[in-house]
Amino acid sequence: MKYMLLIHQGTTPLPGTAEWDELSEEEQGRVYADYQGINQTPGVTPGVRMGAPETATTVRVADGETLTTDGPFAETKEALGGYLFFEADDLDAAIELAARIPAARLGGAIEVRPLSE
Amino acid sequence: MSDGLEQVYRQHWGRVLAATIGFLGDFDLAEEATQEAFAVAAERWPRDGVPDSPAAWLAKTARNRAIDRIRRERTLAAKTRQLDPPEPSAPADGALEETMDATSFPDERLELLFTCCHPALSTEAQVALTLRTLGGLKTPEIAAAFLVPEPTMAQRLVRAKNKIKAAGIPFRVPPDHLLPERLAAVAAVVYLIFNAGYGGRGELAAEALRLGRALAELMPDEPEAHGLLALMLLHDARREARFADGDLVLLADQDSTLWDTEEIAAGRAALDRALALRGRGPYVVQAAIASLHAELPRDWPQIAALYAELALLTGSPVVELNRAVAIAEAGDPAAALELVERLELGEYLYLHSTRAELLRRLERTGEAREAYARALELVDDEAERRLLERRRAELG
Repeated sequence: MKYMLLIHQGTTPLPGTAEWDELSEEEQGRVYADYQGINQTPGVTPGVRMGAPETATTVRVADGETLTTDGPFAETKEALGGYLFFEADDLDAAIELAARIPAARLGGAIEVRPLSE
Repeated sequence: MSDGLEQVYRQHWGRVLAATIGFLGDFDLAEEATQEAFAVAAERWPRDGVPDSPAAWLAKTARNRAIDRIRRERTLAAKTRQLDPPEPSAPADGALEETMDATSFPDERLELLFTCCHPALSTEAQVALTLRTLGGLKTPEIAAAFLVPEPTMAQRLVRAKNKIKAAGIPFRVPPDHLLPERLAAVAAVVYLIFNAGYGGRGELAAEALRLGRALAELMPDEPEAHGLLALMLLHDARREARFADGDLVLLADQDSTLWDTEEIAAGRAALDRALALRGRGPYVVQAAIASLHAELPRDWPQIAALYAELALLTGSPVVELNRAVAIAEAGDPAAALELVERLELGEYLYLHSTRAELLRRLERTGEAREAYARALELVDDEAERRLLERRRAELG
């Protein structure tokens, strides 16, 4: 089975923000180490790092006309923050990987979507 | 279906379906093939006699039907150049033939139960799927039991089966590190089915007991499996005493001659097994409480102590409310009321009915009347409403 794991940051502190600076150095180090560990897990294809949701532009077409709006499709705090692909035996393996992603414990959530082939 | 065949169906459906799903890896195909196998049995058995091992015969027939269908569809697919239908995910024909011919064939009900109760499915879907696959209840029966329109229930089952397939929910007993959490999910579903039946729909309670027995039999070393079975048996034993002429009877007023003593003994035996396995989980403790409730006169201090233990395990304010009731029965309604006043259960009916009862014992009649009024605003069930009205009227 192939899965896409969509990382919703929620209130997860992100590097470069005041909330992030409030984390201890040890905690910051753990977040980096966890992401590194996940990216090196067999079966994982890491996603490319995404720019902040604030930099997003949302595009719609109505009556043939292109409408663009500032910001992500979802609320900023619900916006997608990252993604990765995972090839695994079953959903349990994907759930276990998702639970290891720091955003899952720091105020965000991971959506596990099977990819149809 | 004749009564005999209906009984065969109830007895074997879950196990035959589980084996067929295990072989095919596909819920829908397995369900159709299993249905066909029972239809073949209905036609042949009255004429040729019942085979020595009916379940093995049914499983083999279901498997053969499924293989026939896959072959037919493959031929058709080849002709129309469609994609191949999925291969059965099972051992080679020969190996399986051997196991199927033995009087025993692999019992995969546990795998099926864990798949149906996977936390990636909604609780409603878990319940419906468990009743459909392991219980063999038909969609209209499940819909009726949960007061849901039949098409809604049918859709719920289809969606659940689709998700199992599309999301890759495994068909297996979870590995050790996942087992405690997953077993709790399975137990919760079985107990939910039991409670849906306990209120009056007796068939669901009987189904839950069947599932509970199977779970205890399939996981003989798991104390919580025995605890769950014990809890259900001990509650079920007092079913008859809970109602008189359609009215709810308070625990203190229940006629203990209506208790099913055999069922109580069976419940206590299951509890003993759980305790011998050093079980002290939430179901074991609840079963111990239920066991004390089935013994007169009741040992209320001991019941209160077990509720305290259960409250620590669950952190549930509802458990604390029950502890308060036990404390009051043990002779200290003032301490009980103090505990009740601390609970955050604003809209919970039994908080208000318990408060009312405690205030009445403390002879704070005005406050008791107000509390009964609040409870009556929240009550849904007719029998419970009549009971509350009766109690309020007795205040004078």
